[in-house]
Amino acid sequence: MLNFTELDEIIEIIKNFHDLDISGYSKASLKRRITRIMDINKLDLVGLKSNLINQEGFLNYFIPEMTVNVTEMFRDPEFYIALKTKLFPYLETYPHIKIWSAGCSTGEEVYSLAILLKESKLLSRSFIYGTDINHLVIEKAKQGIYSLTKLKEYSENFIKTKAEHSLSEYYTAMYDAATIQNDLKKHLLFSIHNLITDGVFNEFQVITCRNVLIYFDITLQEKVFDLFYDSLCKLGFLCLGSKESLINYKRAHLFKLIDKKNNIYQKIA
Amino acid sequence: MKKGKKILLLGGSAGGFGVILNLLKTIPKDFPIPILVIVHRNPKFESNFESVLKNTFAIPIKSAEDKETIEGGKVYFAPPGYHLLIEPDFKLALDNSEPVQFSRPSIDVTMESASEIYKENCIAILFSGANQDGAKGLLAIKNNGGICVVQHPDSAEVATMPQAAIDINAQHHIYTTEEIVKYIHQLN
Repeated sequence: MLNFTELDEIIEIIKNFHDLDISGYSKASLKRRITRIMDINKLDLVGLKSNLINQEGFLNYFIPEMTVNVTEMFRDPEFYIALKTKLFPYLETYPHIKIWSAGCSTGEEVYSLAILLKESKLLSRSFIYGTDINHLVIEKAKQGIYSLTKLKEYSENFIKTKAEHSLSEYYTAMYDAATIQNDLKKHLLFSIHNLITDGVFNEFQVITCRNVLIYFDITLQEKVFDLFYDSLCKLGFLCLGSKESLINYKRAHLFKLIDKKNNIYQKIA
Repeated sequence: MKKGKKILLLGGSAGGFGVILNLLKTIPKDFPIPILVIVHRNPKFESNFESVLKNTFAIPIKSAEDKETIEGGKVYFAPPGYHLLIEPDFKLALDNSEPVQFSRPSIDVTMESASEIYKENCIAILFSGANQDGAKGLLAIKNNGGICVVQHPDSAEVATMPQAAIDINAQHHIYTTEEIVKYIHQLN
């Protein structure tokens, strides 16, 4: 198993040979991920270093495997209720609604947002951008195909959001999988974006970034919060994960906490 | 970064949660060693028992926050739906990755992480539970020089979890519930 000194050596190699700085990632979690990559590929430290330095394309495999891609539709149903009751009445006043789901992984959250907007008759004037550093999950997100077993779990979450319809109205089943309906897909775009190195690409009324910042140290979190601040329109909303907050952010006073339980903030200055 | 700081880890599942809560009720508020509690909880159910039960304990209890500094005189519960890890700078960190042993939080994950940071200064106790989570974590603590205690399978409501640890010889001591309470109090 990798130790923390060896982890630092790996981080240094990725920085020197690939110009990618992952030193701001949470170390304990990163070490587990990289240990996992070594186990799967039966690599020791020397082998991993050699692959990172010499093997063409290895980083394209390594980065997607390094990031955590666990997500689900309507995770934390009470968060979606908060969106409906606290944010949507405000969003209704805009002719065009732009939402950014940062670190969207395989797209479940983006489709959840689209369905929620559709239920509230706001989807027709909404556009959702889903981004992730990992090109493989972005491809999956674009397809919008999920297993029926999972969709059954998601249906339970969806019911808890006090939805009017059944989740099955938004997908078409084929054997043991189902595809999200195309009329939802017209209102969203998935693309690669690196929160650490890429900048502002649009202005949004809502940014959701849930269970991503826990993988960053406080310094890197600060940098990402700056990016979100710059990407939000005046009075725009920032939605964090159930265990993430702006508590360590120097510019937290520029936001107002509007939902403590669900960590939803509004940019006020 | 202070080396030599101790940490106490309590892990349990079915039949373990109540025992751990009763144990925590006996802990004085100035107990010097920080306590991490990893119990399997269903994230689908309302989970803020930390704030509900707060007043029944002398020692402050809370749900672990991401990048929170670990302090003595406090009990940190792993939040449901997240693994609880420890950073090299002795801060807590949360992780949303795949369940381990069908569990998130997983006792194995937290114990393995603590064993690497706190080494011989880890004290871990594994309680009643219906799966095998915790055995590997306990062994990691033992291998790094820490002290490992397992609740006696006969005194556990569900023996599977403590027995799994005993089967791989991950423990130093096998104690009844009463002996565990006594053991913790003499750590003070």
